[in-house]
Amino acid sequence: MYDEKFIIPGLVIFVGIFTFPLWVQMGKAAPVPEPKIDTPVIQAMAEKKCVQSKLYMRTDHMQMLNDWRDEVVREAKRQFVSPEGKEYDKSLQLTCMNCHSNKKDFCDKCHNYAGVAPYCWDCHIQPQEPQAPKETM
Amino acid sequence: MGVNRREFLKLAGCSALFGLGGASAFEILRPGALDASAEAPHHGEAAAPAPQGKQLGMVVDVRKCMAQKDGCTACIQACHVTHNVPSIPNLKEEVKWIWKTPYEQAFPEQYHEFVDDQLKAGQFPILCNHCADPPCVRVCPTKATFKRPEDGIVMMDMHRCIGCRFCMAGCPYGARSFNWRDPRTYFVGKEDQMNKDYPTRTMGVVEKCTFCPERLAKGQLPACVEACQKLGEKGNALVFGDLNDPDSEIRQVLRTNKTLRRKAELGTKPSVFFIV
Repeated sequence: MYDEKFIIPGLVIFVGIFTFPLWVQMGKAAPVPEPKIDTPVIQAMAEKKCVQSKLYMRTDHMQMLNDWRDEVVREAKRQFVSPEGKEYDKSLQLTCMNCHSNKKDFCDKCHNYAGVAPYCWDCHIQPQEPQAPKETM
Repeated sequence: MGVNRREFLKLAGCSALFGLGGASAFEILRPGALDASAEAPHHGEAAAPAPQGKQLGMVVDVRKCMAQKDGCTACIQACHVTHNVPSIPNLKEEVKWIWKTPYEQAFPEQYHEFVDDQLKAGQFPILCNHCADPPCVRVCPTKATFKRPEDGIVMMDMHRCIGCRFCMAGCPYGARSFNWRDPRTYFVGKEDQMNKDYPTRTMGVVEKCTFCPERLAKGQLPACVEACQKLGEKGNALVFGDLNDPDSEIRQVLRTNKTLRRKAELGTKPSVFFIV
């Protein structure tokens, strides 16, 4: 092989630079988020139940919120009946965030982990978290 | 491999025949399928025998508004606080759901130079007319604004609005406002004045009066009407109800008073009436 003294070190350097993001992050996987549900409203509930099962909410809450929004705005169907037969107002700001008043420890935890930036709170007002600003600053 | 001249001419001839014949074949098999629609979507409504469902509307008794010498703004205040409508100093970027305008601008076709001085000086509270045949709905390319079949409210779906402002061009009443900036920037430092039960809007969407469907669903009156009624005797300038129900209070008021509608000659069938 001609010029092997250039080619082989060059290849080694190339592979090294190319795989840089892999080995520099090795063993530093972001911890799996654990969204907290220790808000005052949830603590006060006798039976800690969401509008749907935990598994359904974990995988399908975004679809459900989309459906809610269309049904409320376009079809004026404002009531949701849970599988247990309990009635709820279809409202992110008034129903969801009433219990889950800890957006930073609940919504944001998974959204940041999954790298998604939903624009819900561009318009919908999130509950005030008195201790939160100091934590993040 | 190659196509000789004879084959090429055959192929080209056949393709040309198909191309010329294709359109007429469509016309024979599915007549009209290739035509662009020239008809307005609500064209048939004018000829409809009787109005179906509800059509919510409002009567504004401007005489009562003008009797308040202090320039009452109770309805505007109530609406804008309820819906987190920011007060924007730059009038070109103003957002308004219900606002006041002089007679000349509210009723340009009624105005003349000899009009009563009191009318001339008066300020008229105006809002979205929730037209029975709304031009804004017809021009919206995403159906973000639509007429609710159950009560005739011209509603906004903020999630679907792309901010093209066709509706603002289509509305002859200037009832729609565009969010040139994030409205929250006008609430910085005034967060406690926000209504936490209602969202704000975001930059790049169009907004307007919605007749408060979220309040109607709870059996309440629109925020402006409620605020006006709270004024008691000197208030009660706003009457709200179903125009298609002959026994409703609003129909009673319309029967016993001479009323005006804004630019009714445009054929939008406004649902807001004024007693002047």
